[in-house]
Amino acid sequence: ESCPSIKNILLLDSEGNRVAVKYYSDEWPNNSVKEAFEKSLFTKTQKTNARTEAEIAMFESHIIVYKFVQDLHFFVTGAENENELILVTVLQGFFDAVGLLLRGTVDKKEALENLDLILLCLDEIVDGGIILETDANVIAGKVASHSIDAAAALSEQTISQALATAREHLARSLLK
Amino acid sequence: MVYVIIKELSPSADEVIIVTSSLMKDMTSKTDMYRANAIRVLCQITDGTLLTQIERYLKQAIVDKNPVVASAALVSGIHLLQTNPEIVKRWSNEVQEAVQSRAALVQFHALALLHQIRQNDRLAVNKLVSSLTRGSVRSPLAQCLLIRYTSQVIRESASNTQTGDRPFYDFLEGCLRHKAEMVIFEAARAITELNGVTSRELTPAITVLQLFLSSTKPVLRFAAVRTLNKVAMTHPIAVTNCNIDMESLISDQNRSIATLAITTLLKTGNESSVDRLMKQITTFMSDIADEFKIVVIEAIRSLCLKFPLKHRSLMNFLSNILREEGGFEYKKAIVDSIVILIRDIPEAKESGLLHLCEFIEDCEFTYLSTQILHFLGIEGPKTSDPSKYIRYIYNRVHLENATVRAGAVSTLAKFGAMVDSLKPRIFVLLRRCLFDTDDEVRDRATLYLNTLGADGAVEDMKEFLFGSLDIPLEPSEESFDINSVPKEVKIQPLAEKKAPGKKPTGLGGPPPSPPSTIDAYEKLLSSIPEFANFGKLFKSSAPVELTEAETEYAVNVVKHIFDGHVVFQYNCTNTIPEQLLENVTVIVDASEAEEFAEVASKPLRSLPYDSPGQTFVAFEKPEGVPAVGKFSNMLRFIVKEVDPSTGEAEDDGVEDEYQLEELEVVAADYMLKVGVSNFRNAWESMVPDCERVDEYDLGPRENLAEAVNAVINLLGMQPCEGTEVVPSNSRSHTCLLSGVYIGNVKVLVRLQFGIDGPKDVAMKLAVRSEDEAVS
Repeated sequence: ESCPSIKNILLLDSEGNRVAVKYYSDEWPNNSVKEAFEKSLFTKTQKTNARTEAEIAMFESHIIVYKFVQDLHFFVTGAENENELILVTVLQGFFDAVGLLLRGTVDKKEALENLDLILLCLDEIVDGGIILETDANVIAGKVASHSIDAAAALSEQTISQALATAREHLARSLLK
Repeated sequence: MVYVIIKELSPSADEVIIVTSSLMKDMTSKTDMYRANAIRVLCQITDGTLLTQIERYLKQAIVDKNPVVASAALVSGIHLLQTNPEIVKRWSNEVQEAVQSRAALVQFHALALLHQIRQNDRLAVNKLVSSLTRGSVRSPLAQCLLIRYTSQVIRESASNTQTGDRPFYDFLEGCLRHKAEMVIFEAARAITELNGVTSRELTPAITVLQLFLSSTKPVLRFAAVRTLNKVAMTHPIAVTNCNIDMESLISDQNRSIATLAITTLLKTGNESSVDRLMKQITTFMSDIADEFKIVVIEAIRSLCLKFPLKHRSLMNFLSNILREEGGFEYKKAIVDSIVILIRDIPEAKESGLLHLCEFIEDCEFTYLSTQILHFLGIEGPKTSDPSKYIRYIYNRVHLENATVRAGAVSTLAKFGAMVDSLKPRIFVLLRRCLFDTDDEVRDRATLYLNTLGADGAVEDMKEFLFGSLDIPLEPSEESFDINSVPKEVKIQPLAEKKAPGKKPTGLGGPPPSPPSTIDAYEKLLSSIPEFANFGKLFKSSAPVELTEAETEYAVNVVKHIFDGHVVFQYNCTNTIPEQLLENVTVIVDASEAEEFAEVASKPLRSLPYDSPGQTFVAFEKPEGVPAVGKFSNMLRFIVKEVDPSTGEAEDDGVEDEYQLEELEVVAADYMLKVGVSNFRNAWESMVPDCERVDEYDLGPRENLAEAVNAVINLLGMQPCEGTEVVPSNSRSHTCLLSGVYIGNVKVLVRLQFGIDGPKDVAMKLAVRSEDEAVS
């Protein structure tokens, strides 16, 4: 009897290439194995339609739930005997949190530009396989409070946020 | 962000003192996010010594007001439990407090950690579960955890659930009505996985799963179908209500769901629905991938074994799909299924063999063709008209590659060997094979022509050609001498074949049902030429020990009763590693058994350390008469010293004798235990004048059960209808026995026991049999 655990969360693009992935299990020991897994998983699920509802499949004795939006494919993997509905809750949390963070435009370009947000998001959902949080609002809040931190040094912010802060400062100084 | 990077790099603690010290400062900073993440990172890169330093902060963090910090500390605790369990166990008080927290996920994490800490203490888990089932659990994830722990508790207390409901079952059932779907599903799954669950307990769970089957979300449908599939393996009747919903799932978009639905329907279907299912499956098979197809094939196979009358339509279905496109594994699965059906359903043999023949005409896989040809060779000659198959086999000789040609030649020869009427035609065909281009084919053809063409010793020839040669030849310096190959078949291979074989292995595997001990003995005895003409073995007794345990040589004897002979098989084991016994025989003194005359004795050539061997002594007895007598036994052998380090024996040995216990042949040995299902009918059907009634006083006994067992052993008959079980504290008991006596006479015995005050047992015995003398 163990805690429900997640094996990996993957975010691939519409050709099966990586955008952001995180593995929590030792079943894929090195990078080539991981990439092979991602490729075969992608080909298997390519033809199905997972845009309206989350879909589910069994693959290599794992259970995978997945959802597609625009040109991004979200996958969550669990063990064979895991409760599938828990996996779907995690998937939905991740999916909605990314939607909130990317302010509604969920596609590959936005994702790559805000890769740091996505990686933080992954970090806040699952820690070492154990589910930390499934509510999308809470996740997005945690990620947002990480990045837009007034006390943080300028170098720790991303370029876009630095530009945003600079713009704000500029606007304020202009108004003065 | 920096935290994420540190975690990815995960350096070891002594490399990054600076990082750890700044992280430790962060742990006490005001910003909660920093505290939470610092805790997580530190716990990942820390080792035991550093951990003790930060333990104080961690304990504080667990009961922190901010749920993010608390969760971070708890989750880190769960990870640390793998590496530093003692330290984490010291936090159980704080964790206990956290379980009562109001924040949903903190409760979840605290529950997980507490369970991990206490998981070996069954009582503590029990207490934890009972307190929480009564209390309030705030998050669905925590509820799911609780359900899992509850089922663990139920499983561990399973030994004493004779009475009524299990503990906590009501809790599980209540969860079926929870708001969150994941809780409902987890509860349903837990109920279906309970040990020895009854249909009454299953019904609410299955109703809920049935609702999921018609949901719009594929995940729910998948989860429900998968669970129902598992339930159908053990309780097919409970699932039949869902059949209608499942039939609509066959055309589901998601192929996994469709396959699971079909396999479940195949398990729960009854005979009338089989035809309908077959029609739906045929259209469905072309859509799905190979791995699903194999699953469906196996389900069809078990279905056919369940309903043998439907074999025609199922066999047609299998051969149709065999013709279509498919990979090697898939076709192999189909061929295996057809072979198993042929073996287990005799009426399907002819059509099955014909289907296989048609298949090899087109088959592109050499392995499958050779296996099928081999199988044809075994089964073909036993059919009513073997010549049908010869055409197919001979075509293979011409048209295929070398491996298949060689296999076809062997098969032709088998037909020729088994079926005499076909021999001349087979010779003609084999002679043509002599001109083949391949060496192996020509060799085989020549071999078969010469051996089958020659006269005499036909049995040996067949064994040599087609039997399995058990003992491989070892390379040796001396020239090969055919006489040195032992003719006796060791018993060990038979025992090994019994063990694996739970799953039918189709072509080339051992036969599905393990050979019973009687068959094994029969084979063994008939393989020994001196005993081969004793006739059919009537009964073999269980092994009787002739030596005490822990002696140097352990010997037990099995008594084999034939019509006119009795054979004693002595199983000897040498337990002394420094000795090797040779020429082992048993000298039997039959002076107290007048009716027996020693006929033959078969010595055991060599008995090395720790490998059991058999030696036999045969006696002749008057036919049909159940002679009894006592035999005293002595083991005689030549003992040679063995050097334990090299394992070699010295050249000269000393003759020695070893006394064994006495052996008795009693009337019970002549009685075969044969059960009768309806004793009353059988009793009435026997003529009353063959009845004998007698009363005996058995004297003082411990209790009635002991007396009953003693009499049953004495008579050696089979108790019927459970009458050998005596309810405790009863004063009287009736026992019904049945058996078959030598000469094939059915015997029925009715015993009535009564026990008196001072434990005196009286018995009334009534015997009815077909022959008055036997009674």
